[in-house]
Amino acid sequence: MNIIVIVFISFGLLFFLGGAIGIIRMPDFYSRLHPAGKLDTLATLSMVIGLALFNLHHFSLGTLLVSIKLFLIVFFVSLASPTATHTIVDAGMRAGLRHWTKKKQRG
Amino acid sequence: MTAIRNGVSNDVGKPSSTFLKSFFSFLLTFILMLLCWLVLSGIFDPLLLVLAVISSFLVSYYFYDLLFPSMELKFIGIFFRFVQYLPWLIWQIVKANFHVLYVTLHPRMKDLIDPQIITFKTHLKSEMAIVTLANSITLTPGTITVTADNDGVFKVHAIDKASAEGCPGDMLNKVSKIFGETL
Repeated sequence: MNIIVIVFISFGLLFFLGGAIGIIRMPDFYSRLHPAGKLDTLATLSMVIGLALFNLHHFSLGTLLVSIKLFLIVFFVSLASPTATHTIVDAGMRAGLRHWTKKKQRG
Repeated sequence: MTAIRNGVSNDVGKPSSTFLKSFFSFLLTFILMLLCWLVLSGIFDPLLLVLAVISSFLVSYYFYDLLFPSMELKFIGIFFRFVQYLPWLIWQIVKANFHVLYVTLHPRMKDLIDPQIITFKTHLKSEMAIVTLANSITLTPGTITVTADNDGVFKVHAIDKASAEGCPGDMLNKVSKIFGETL
């Protein structure tokens, strides 16, 4: 049981780390949003699954309620994160920012 | 009361069916509010339960038309098909997340990525289907929906060739099947 929890939480940490590194390494505004907006969603999902399982060690009504609340976090994050990403991209488009392409960089 | 309010906003056609519809949306809002209260409070005293019923009744009485503006029977089928769609979506998200993780951590990342904006037209009509498809595309890593308008025209920013090619394909079929809008 503990091993499953550890696996889930370390997957979450790995994805969070990848997201943070991706924000720094990507070349432009739009491609930075890819790791920022989405690796975080899966990282949150996996970490919350790990925490909820850990929380259910001593099964009772109280811990079950806490686990349901944890899953509410996932629900709202996965609802809000694509919407926020979409809004940011739309703002960039309206401001007229061109997206990075390979050819421009090579020339 | 609810029937009168709905009858003013819509045309005065069938009062009994509009009353039934608004009663269904009232009931759904009530149940949802009550569940939220129970999960978030976690205390099952009689006093608090009575307060929960009263407050969720008040909220759903005044705001029943916000969450479920038009309750129709086909929404039940849509809901169940949407629930069946969720595991596939999560699996897609996991698969594509590994791809993006690989791309970000690759030492020669700038050779791998090839950002491009693709435009495609779908046959989706209802707003809910378009929103579902747009959010699914954004949730799947490698693609972000830039714009999606009422005619079903999508503009998608994709990070590399592979995610650009696989973009509308399977997901569009599944979403249009959920909302019963297959051609």
